[in-house]
Parts: sequence; structure tokens; C-alpha cells
Amino acid sequence: MLKLNGLSKTYKTGDTALSDVSLDVQKGQLIGLIGPSGAGKSTLIRCINRLVEPSSGEVWLGDVDLVKLSRSELRHQRRRIGMIFQEYALVERLTVMENVLSGRLGYVSFWRSWLRRYEPRDIQRAYELLDRVGLLQHADKRADALSGGQRQRVGIARALMQDPDLLLVDEPTASLDPKTSRQIMRLLTEICAERDLPAIVNIHDVPLAQAFMQRIVGLRAGRVVFDGAPDGLSEAVLTEIYGAEDWNPVGNDDDADDTPVVVPKVAEVLA
Amino acid sequence: MTNISSSDWTYRTPKHRLFLWLGWFALVALFVWCWRIMSQDTIWAFVWDAPAQALDIGSRMTPPEWGYLPELMKPLWDTLNIATLGTIGGVLIAIPVAFLAARNTTPSATILRPIALFIIVTSRSINSLIWALLLVAIIGPGLLAGIIAIALRSIGFVGKLLYEAIEETDPRQIEAITATGAAPTQVLTYGIVPQIMPALWSISVFRWDINIRESAILGLVGAGGLGLKMNASLAILAWDQVLVILILILATVVVSEWVSAQVRKAII
Repeated sequence: MLKLNGLSKTYKTGDTALSDVSLDVQKGQLIGLIGPSGAGKSTLIRCINRLVEPSSGEVWLGDVDLVKLSRSELRHQRRRIGMIFQEYALVERLTVMENVLSGRLGYVSFWRSWLRRYEPRDIQRAYELLDRVGLLQHADKRADALSGGQRQRVGIARALMQDPDLLLVDEPTASLDPKTSRQIMRLLTEICAERDLPAIVNIHDVPLAQAFMQRIVGLRAGRVVFDGAPDGLSEAVLTEIYGAEDWNPVGNDDDADDTPVVVPKVAEVLA
Repeated sequence: MTNISSSDWTYRTPKHRLFLWLGWFALVALFVWCWRIMSQDTIWAFVWDAPAQALDIGSRMTPPEWGYLPELMKPLWDTLNIATLGTIGGVLIAIPVAFLAARNTTPSATILRPIALFIIVTSRSINSLIWALLLVAIIGPGLLAGIIAIALRSIGFVGKLLYEAIEETDPRQIEAITATGAAPTQVLTYGIVPQIMPALWSISVFRWDINIRESAILGLVGAGGLGLKMNASLAILAWDQVLVILILILATVVVSEWVSAQVRKAII
């Protein structure tokens, strides 16, 4: 479905964020992308829909190489890629409904979008999706009136509104509390399973990734250093990805927030 | 553990303190020096006489000539129109200029952005009264000159504040709209416009508020409105009429302050 070939990114400042990343994503597969801050996780998913221009390499979505497309062809292909963000990235001053409908912007003309004259079937679908994520009664509220978890649900509905073939998810739970995080991850995995939708999920929280992802890719300094099943994340592998640290859960560690991997098992956090 | 005593920490280093004192000393010296230059050419007899003069004019002003008020209603209406139409015109021109001037929306940072910034600076550096003076000479006296003068002055003010608001928009919201495959015009109307609407309204209302004050004096140079009447009254030394005009301007400004406060409250 998605195939990355030798993807590299060097920023103008000379920092190499990605070097030679190759990845093959099957239909319906949920990939958790883990790694320390600055490992290139955000850059990687942004290179796929070219919010960040890759320096070299290929990004095959189906039989299209996204890297070679012109701006207008790229816009056309971006409709196939839904994106979900860490801080939700909703347009705060628009209503929930407008935010969800903005997922159709790639399909409607400027004037229709300006006048909010969406196709009746798009509006119908927006209501269905809001119902699916449990926010039907909030459709006419302004986005900034919602809680964090609710906003992320709107973000998910907006991405699905595009009718995507692929989801790119950037730290979906980093701004949420542990319980809401799990609810959002569960919703995400259910939705992907319903639609046989592949997703690449940047995630900081290793236990959460292990609990919900089918495959884990570990990134360190822009290189893939691990690619395998979640239960393959041994102490040695975590050290390989994040560097040396005592990986045993420690209850009295006050710095748990700064060093996410030291967080005890999710069940203990919730207890 | 090394031995650390509480006296080791100071807010500023001794060198820093010395420079601070020297800085203050230089400021005071400068003030004294300037004061001497300013007072050199002052004719002190006039200054000592000032309270008496002020009292004299004050007594000529009172009581205000209220009978003059009905005659002022038409010029007041003109003044409000100059301010309102001028603000609308200025804002309409300022919006595209601001988008050209903002770093994150300008289509060309090397050519169009400097041009837009130049328009903003030019408009801002020339006072409304001077614009009016020029325009009265060009298109003749009257309301139109006043309206255009106000509009020209407003472009810079609104343009500058608006382009700063555009540059301060949240890039994540714009990124999210871009990621849906939206066209650039749609990114503008969905990603940026909703974010700057509160700023646009409050800047416009604020400018309208200022423009009411400014348009009240434009008549001094022949650009219509209350200023014309003020000029006439001043010319015949009718101080009691001048007081009526000043009270009227004050009342108008108070009302416009109230209106703009209401609008700001409603949109934020």
C-alpha cells in the first residue's frame, strides 16, 4: 500500500533528520513509530505527504510516487492521506461541523467551500462520522469549546472525511491524560480495522504502542533501528533505540514525564 | 558538597551595577542640559503671564453658546461619514496589502513584500492632516478629500497590525488544512482567515475610533466636517462657540469609545 524507498531529509540548517529510511506498509496495518525526541518521527510522516519536502528517496502510495508530483497533482493525492495531529490542529474558531467538512476541501471548489455549500451527501457523511466518534450532539459547537479528547475525536472525523487510503497520526495522545489516551487509541484502532485502513502512528509512549500497535518501527537519529512485532521490544532493543537507561519500571521516579519510556506499565498508571 | 555561603549570590555583578549607575547619571545630565537649551529662548514674562491668559480665554469661552449647537449637526454628520467611509476604504485596501506583507502569506518575499511594507510605512508616516492638505490641493476642498485622507492614513495602521496578526497565526491549523489536499485559496480561507477575524474586527473598530477624532479636525485644512466650523469660530475669536464644538467632539469620542468597546466584547 505504502512503500518508502531510501527516504532522506536534510534540513537547510544541515541537520539530517532522516537517512535512508525504507518501509513497506500493508493494507490495514497499524505501525507504531517510536524513538526519542528529535529522532525524525515527525519529519518522517510529514515527508510522506510532503508537508516537509524529502531531500531524496521515493514515497509510493499505491502506484504513485508522491515525491515526483507537481503541486496540483500532490494536492490531488493528499486527499488520499488523512492526518491526525498532536495538538488536534482544529481550526479553533470554526464549528465542529465546519472542521469535519474541511476534510472535503480537496474535493470541492473554492466558492462552495467559501459559502459552506457542501454536497448533501458530504454533510450526511459528516454527521455519520460525528456519530461514530460520539460527538453528534456537539456538531454546532465551536471547536475551542471542546475538551482535549473531544477535539481529537473531531480530528479523527476530519481525517476520515477525506475517505483516505492511509492515516498519518502524529503523537495523537501526547496532550491527553492516560485514560483519554487509551480511549483515543482504541477508537483509532477500531476505525482502522473497520476500514482496513493502514496507519503510521508516531507515539511517545512505548507501553501504549505495545498495547495497540501491530508492528513497531524504532527510529534513532533518522535511521530505522528496529522493525518488528511489539513483543520484540526487549530491554536491549529499547536501549538501542533510546540509549542506555534502566528500563525496569520504577515507582518512585519523579522524572517519568521527561523520560517517557520509564513510565510503568499502563495498568499501574491507571491504578 | 562544596562550601557555599548565602552571600555568594547577587542580583547583578559589580560591573553591571556600575554601568547601571552611569546610565542613570547620563540620563539626568542629558535632562539638565536639554532643559537649559529649552529655557534659553523662553520669554519668562509670557510664562508668568500664562495663568492670567488662560483665565481670560476661559472666561470668554463660558458660558458655551448652546444656540450654536443645531448648526453643528450637519458638520457632525459629515465628520462621522468621513471617519466611517474612510475607515471602510482603508480597511478594504489594507487587507490585501497585509497578506502581501506577512512573511507566511506573501507570494513573493523579494519583490511584493517590500512593496507592501513600503505602502504601509508611507501611509503611516504621513499624518491625516497632511494627507488632507495634499488632497485638498489636488481634488479641491470637501468631504471626498477628507474621506480619502482618512483612508490613506488607515491603510498603514490597519495593514501593519493585520500583517502582524497574520504572522502570529497558529501554523498547525494551517498545516492541517494543507494536509487535506486543500487549494492555496482554501488554506487561506479555512486556515488563516478564521484565526485573524477577531484581530481584523478589533483593529478596524479601533481605527474607526481614532478616525472620528482625526476627522473632527480635518476641516481646519478644508476637508469638511466639524473642523470647518472650528476654523470659522477661531477666526472670529468666538470662544464660546469653540467650547461648544469641543464639548461636541468630546461627547462623540465618548460614544465611539463605547461602541468600539461593545464591538470588541462581542467578537472576542
